[in-house]
Amino acid sequence: MSVYEKFSALVRDDQPMSLLTVVRGPGTGRVMLVDPSGTLDGSLGDPDLDRVASRDAIGELEAGRTGVRHYGPNGQTTPEDLADAETVEVFVESFAPPPQMWIFGAVDFTAALARVAKVLGYKVTVCDAREVFATKRRFPMADEVKVTWPGPQFTDHGGRLGARDAVCILTHDPKFDVPAIEGALATRVGYIGVMGSRKTHTKRLERLAEVGISSAADLARLHSPIGLDLGGRTPEETAISIVAEIIAVRTRRNAAPLAASDGPIH
Amino acid sequence: MREILDDIDRWHSAGKRVAVARVVDTNGSGPREPGAAMAVSEDGEVAGSVSGGCVEGAVVSEALAILRGEAESRIVTFGYSDDEAFAVGLTCGGTVHLFIQPLEW
Repeated sequence: MSVYEKFSALVRDDQPMSLLTVVRGPGTGRVMLVDPSGTLDGSLGDPDLDRVASRDAIGELEAGRTGVRHYGPNGQTTPEDLADAETVEVFVESFAPPPQMWIFGAVDFTAALARVAKVLGYKVTVCDAREVFATKRRFPMADEVKVTWPGPQFTDHGGRLGARDAVCILTHDPKFDVPAIEGALATRVGYIGVMGSRKTHTKRLERLAEVGISSAADLARLHSPIGLDLGGRTPEETAISIVAEIIAVRTRRNAAPLAASDGPIH
Repeated sequence: MREILDDIDRWHSAGKRVAVARVVDTNGSGPREPGAAMAVSEDGEVAGSVSGGCVEGAVVSEALAILRGEAESRIVTFGYSDDEAFAVGLTCGGTVHLFIQPLEW
């Protein structure tokens, strides 16, 4: 099987992997495929370069980043080593499965948020403990609709959440949102947003303190009340303010109008 | 790259050679992110895109030259901000660096 045949099979199957290509320097045009376990197919032309670049590629894949990295012909990476060596430019292309969004609470806002999340490419899971609300018929746009309490959902699947993923808690119900927050904080998820008025938020902080969640590090991970201050009211407008906040958190921008700032846009 | 696999397979099974152009880097505003890809068959059919339509025509010429062996696999830069850049620019004013190679791996 050629590298391309293996590559196209993995891409079609949504399997995570990196495709490395020498785009400048010795061995231009050579490719190597790296899967998350570190299995290599193909070669960039030198075993040490393969080893160093594949290790970097696994890190980039984890972060979902794609870009060019510079090495010496034998995988040298330090500026001193690179000074006298020819540079090999390697394009590291990360093929990561789509990011996930878990939405807790099968409410009106959920349908709008699920729709907007799909536009951005998320794999959307809607969770609610109430069987009558958590139905595929109410949320046809979601990839998964689960009748479950937050606890088991996080215990069974929380390990799959990473920096690119989001948990949005829209339940408004303490017996549901406190365990959802506890569960989300125990994962590596990149965004945790919790819906509610400022009053609800203040009361929720008290209840979180009762279950031992009060550290500044934990509370800093909670975006509550959820969303940017766009002044929207409808479920659709609220959904836009939530995903806009998710983007701003990922890019570490302050979400001010471009017209009110200067400097590069991207 | 995913969206161009079906076309590539179709061309391969018809015995045609294929070149692939991938965005490896951008400076300033760029309509497509690194990883955006476009494939060109040896008879000039195209799948995918690497910009908002600004440079695709020039990419086809480059890809065909590489398939004919008149040029090496290499990085090709489009945009006004680079002295060595091609005459074809991006309407957004940014620069895009593409790696173009025959798909023979």
